Amino acid sequence: MPRVGLSGQHREAADGAASLDIEASTIRELLAILVQRYPRMQRHLDEGLAVSINGEIYRDNRDMVIPETAEVFLLPRIQGG
Amino acid sequence: MAHDTSYTDQDFKIVGSRPPRPDGIDKVTGRARYGADVSAPGQLVGRVLRSPHAHAKIRKIDTSRAQKLKGVKAVITSKDLPDLTEGNRGNYDILENCMAREHALYDGHAVAAVAAVDEQTARKALKLIKVDYKVLPHVTDVDAAMQDDAPVVQPHIQHDGKPSNICNVSQFGHGDVEAGFAQADVIVEKTYKTEQTHQGYIEPHACLASVGPDGQGELWVTTQGHFTVRNLCASLLGMDIAKLKVTSSEIGGGFGGKTHIWTEPLALALSRKANLPVKLVMSREDVFKGSGPTCSTSMDIKIGAKKDGTVTAASATLRYHAGPHPGPWGMLGGMTAWACYDFENVQSIAYDVLVNRPKVAAYRAPSAPMAAFGVESTMDLVAEAIGMDPVDFRIKNAAKEGTRASYGPTYGPIGIGPTLEAVKNHPHMRARLGKNQGRGMACGFWFNFGGQTCTDLNIGVDGSVNLTVGTVDVGGARASMSLIAAEELGIPYDQVKCNVGDTASLGHNDTTEGSRGTFSSGMATIFAARNAIEEMKARAAKTWEIDIEDIEWRDGAAHAMGMQHSNLAPLSLAEIAGASPGTGGPIAGHNEVVADGAGVSFASHICDVEVDPETGATRVIRYTVVQDAGKAIHPDYVEGQFQGGAAQGIGWALNEEYVYGEDGCLQNPSFLDYRIPVCSDLPFIDTEILEIPNPNHPYGIRGVGETSIVPPLAAIGNAVSSAVGVRLDHTPMSPPRVLKAIKEKQAGG
Repeated sequence: MPRVGLSGQHREAADGAASLDIEASTIRELLAILVQRYPRMQRHLDEGLAVSINGEIYRDNRDMVIPETAEVFLLPRIQGG
Repeated sequence: MAHDTSYTDQDFKIVGSRPPRPDGIDKVTGRARYGADVSAPGQLVGRVLRSPHAHAKIRKIDTSRAQKLKGVKAVITSKDLPDLTEGNRGNYDILENCMAREHALYDGHAVAAVAAVDEQTARKALKLIKVDYKVLPHVTDVDAAMQDDAPVVQPHIQHDGKPSNICNVSQFGHGDVEAGFAQADVIVEKTYKTEQTHQGYIEPHACLASVGPDGQGELWVTTQGHFTVRNLCASLLGMDIAKLKVTSSEIGGGFGGKTHIWTEPLALALSRKANLPVKLVMSREDVFKGSGPTCSTSMDIKIGAKKDGTVTAASATLRYHAGPHPGPWGMLGGMTAWACYDFENVQSIAYDVLVNRPKVAAYRAPSAPMAAFGVESTMDLVAEAIGMDPVDFRIKNAAKEGTRASYGPTYGPIGIGPTLEAVKNHPHMRARLGKNQGRGMACGFWFNFGGQTCTDLNIGVDGSVNLTVGTVDVGGARASMSLIAAEELGIPYDQVKCNVGDTASLGHNDTTEGSRGTFSSGMATIFAARNAIEEMKARAAKTWEIDIEDIEWRDGAAHAMGMQHSNLAPLSLAEIAGASPGTGGPIAGHNEVVADGAGVSFASHICDVEVDPETGATRVIRYTVVQDAGKAIHPDYVEGQFQGGAAQGIGWALNEEYVYGEDGCLQNPSFLDYRIPVCSDLPFIDTEILEIPNPNHPYGIRGVGETSIVPPLAAIGNAVSSAVGVRLDHTPMSPPRVLKAIKEKQAGG
């Protein structure tokens, strides 16, 4: 089961949890479970979220498969210039 | 067709060469068409009336006299842009920034616009518009805006349960910083400030809008993201996305400042009202006051280290101004601040703060240069305190594969260590310095990202290839994309013509930002070419009447494999294309992809300066950029990105600054008083490209456009501080600030 790391406002929205064990095989599943479990996460989803899987940041690809032992980290959606 | 995005370590035949860019001749001969270079029959001139106050309630706008002026065809205010955002606060903020509604929120905020038959009439009409303002208290300084008694810019924003200018607080890090500081032999803590700067693109914002009575529209515009412009403008104006075609012009610089919309909805609204095309071109003053510069900041940086150079803890408190609407800028500073290093205990707390200044937009690796200024200046101070070479100190603490980044994830293969080793061994570091000269170095990080991308490749019957991409060419991308297509197809570079398609020609492409152009359109071009190759193999199979599995593509031709087909001479791309009308029609390759996994980027810079102790004027006398590119598709344009970022960083570090008066109005909205570097201010900027492949791109590409602006503020700060013997902690390090620091030192301050 992937362990999902959180920081800052995401941690606050998840009732202070620094990490969560979430049974999800794709980013889409992961985010759906997160919002279901922590409704305050919806605001961050609306504002834009990215998910890091084993160090690689995925902003858009919700179908990305999360390996069973992956390191997953929730990040704000990044803007660039 | 799904394609594998993994790096394959292939040998290249054309990629990595340096042919001339296809748009080069047009650009140096004046044929290239920029935002203001296109006209339409019967077009009107659009002009915008802007608030002269930093903060005011708009009680009434009387446009009646302007509307009656002969030659005026349309006048608009916020009433002509009704709120169609349906509760989407982000879109409402964009709408409010494009045209003030109940309040003018900064000096230069648009309050009305006119379209007239000529420039003179439009200007005269603006003077006839009467706005009844009630001037309100304002705040333009980020620290002042955080005070409890500061004027509140947006009353709906709350912090700690009451209206506040603090619109966002972000925290990143890991470990226990207090425990880490307790283990330190040396702790250095310092406060820094950076002033607001503008991207300084030479081409002002410009567009030509045309909306007909049938609700269909076209927009020609200088932008980094015409699909984003289309989507936002259509949404704000209540148009169907498919009925607004947006074409991106050549772009005379953007650097993040052309990732948003500013006057484009106004031009469309004017055109809709006048039923005529409207060209709207910003003046330079409009650009300074009414577009999107970067933030000013103030920062507290603290680093603790052992005498052996091990950093035991690091913390940063960052305060970034966002303009009148919330943004992610402080958050990005917090994420990037410590990203170069492998620290056990690290923390950053970042505040986004509203002020009465223009809406902040991205500026090349947005927010990272300011945080790097604080962090890298303090790294030098710690190295000095423990008596360690600053490069060795950084090497000892550099992040590497497996390091947990300060913003959360664990790094894969990264290039900070190699850039530092390259700096340590660079001849620049051993060159002798003269009197009043100093040397500094600094590191920088940027994430890079990819995003939605759609590309078409069409093969003509003569074998020439049209490649259509949807990412705007901001730095030589058409040359790079042509190289990639030629590499895949096995044909000469000159046989490929790369175009930037309009929004009606391709599926959605995200804005060209985040150093994504070459990474993402490069990926889509590879896959589009491979799809076209599959089609050409099918045509060859049909021609030869053999199985497609017996055909391979190499050197620009289909080859039949196996002894049984040894009598079949290869069919070239041109031969297959020439026969295409009789083998199934046009041959094309298409790809749409969400290009993720862009691969982070690091750079280390070296800078030598000479400071005149009598005037405080600083001259950069030598500058070297070392950066990881993943794979340099066209090395000239990679080097150009390295040099461009460094040049802009030099201006930011030494001279550029938004200066506000007591009245909250901008004092220097022109290039006479806002000094960007010109050629004579810059040395030749030397470059060294490192290639540490991105595992998530077939060619190993990482973005290169942004990281180069991250280290210069700190590298120059370290060099100037070394030259004058006193720490500079405030950018720009302009002559008055440097002279003040020298005099304070001489006075024993």
